[in-house]
Amino acid sequence: MDFSVIVDNITYFMIGRYPNGPLGGLGLTLYLAVVSCILSFFGGLILGLLSLSRFAVIRYPVNLVINTVRGLPLLMVIFWMYFLLPALMGKTVPESQTVIMGLTIFTSAYMSQIVRAGIEGIPKGQVEAAISTGLKGWQAMLYIVLPQGMRNMIPSFVNQFVSLIKDTSLAFIVGVSELTHVATQVNNRTMSYPTEIFIFIAAVYFVLCFSFTSFSRWLEKRLAWRKSI
Amino acid sequence: MIQFQGVHKWFKKLHVLNGIDLHVKPGEVVVVCGPSGSGKSTLIRTINQLEPINEGSLVVDGMDLCSKKTDINRLRAEVGFVFQQFNLYPHLSVLNNITLAPTKIRKTPKKEAEEQAMALLERVGLAVKRDAYPTQLSGGQQQRVAIARALAMKPRIMLFDEPTSALDPEMIGEVLAVMQDLAKTGMTMVVVTHEMGFAREVADRVVFMDHGVILEEAKPLEFFKNPQHDRAKQFLKQLLSPMH
Repeated sequence: MDFSVIVDNITYFMIGRYPNGPLGGLGLTLYLAVVSCILSFFGGLILGLLSLSRFAVIRYPVNLVINTVRGLPLLMVIFWMYFLLPALMGKTVPESQTVIMGLTIFTSAYMSQIVRAGIEGIPKGQVEAAISTGLKGWQAMLYIVLPQGMRNMIPSFVNQFVSLIKDTSLAFIVGVSELTHVATQVNNRTMSYPTEIFIFIAAVYFVLCFSFTSFSRWLEKRLAWRKSI
Repeated sequence: MIQFQGVHKWFKKLHVLNGIDLHVKPGEVVVVCGPSGSGKSTLIRTINQLEPINEGSLVVDGMDLCSKKTDINRLRAEVGFVFQQFNLYPHLSVLNNITLAPTKIRKTPKKEAEEQAMALLERVGLAVKRDAYPTQLSGGQQQRVAIARALAMKPRIMLFDEPTSALDPEMIGEVLAVMQDLAKTGMTMVVVTHEMGFAREVADRVVFMDHGVILEEAKPLEFFKNPQHDRAKQFLKQLLSPMH
């Protein structure tokens, strides 16, 4: 085992050719994960709320979309975005953006289920109490249900984010130079150290994800909802 | 104030309200009692349309609940509702539980709303708990906060759905005392309860229900001394001596 290949290329693994070129490596992995995470948080929230709509005209199509996306492999969604997005927009779209789009759509569908479960987990009496004082439905949702539901959703959100970090490795397939892609580049260039390189990459993913799962477990304990009554 | 006329309500095939006629006058305190499953909770929940009615007419405080023009949120703001399970908001402090609706709906300035909330907490004897959270309170205290929360909207009618049924026996008195005080202020009240002591002392009228029908309506003294209907007699007997 000779890990000098890692030491020699450490900056490249971490940030790619940045600042002299585009961001790559772990930096890009995190960038993809964080941006997709923020977008899919809102995407999931909106889809989740719509999937609980009183109106079937809204509920049915939204659930159809959610279930369709959940039934597709992520790789498929990324391919679709990669080929479809430029066609739809009528211009070239940077690969990293198509990947963010794919990850966002995919993760939003899963987040929407977390949001939905979080909302449905709040006792019906809370909404009844709120509307009994004259609050409108959306006000009850905004001031009473969501603040309580969010606390219950946080651990699941963190878990979803961990999945998202790992899923960014699929960006490799469309040539986005995130961590996995960078690893294959270095591997192809040096030829003789695949074991070392991929052990290192695995360790990086593991450390990253493990720290988040630990964080999630800690949060779960801290936020354990004390039941009223 | 509240006028039921031929009100029917079904849950799927179950006929929960079967031709209800009831008129509650302003300032009147009406106690509704009856065995479980008699429709009394459903009856009280129709008054602020937590349960919509299927047939008949229901007019509350001059607003026709069956009319599409009626702004149901406005009606609910005028009608306070107290639940068996309190349903306080666990993520908000006692004070914020009370000020939420007035600040959001009546657009009362925060400071004024807090002053009013404090006055209400004073009235239910819980001013010291203003910053506590619901989970830190006993059941009786939670229910008193819930009453204060309902009163914060300055309702013209107060509805109580078994307000003491979820309480330990030693806490029932404190909640009933608050309700009794409220009755003295001339508030129109409809109370679903099994507390016959409360009915006797506070109610102007007792309504006995079974199987979705009002079987008996009488002044409390008459009702307790001389119930007309067999089922009312049986109900009272079971209530007063549950072992027999």
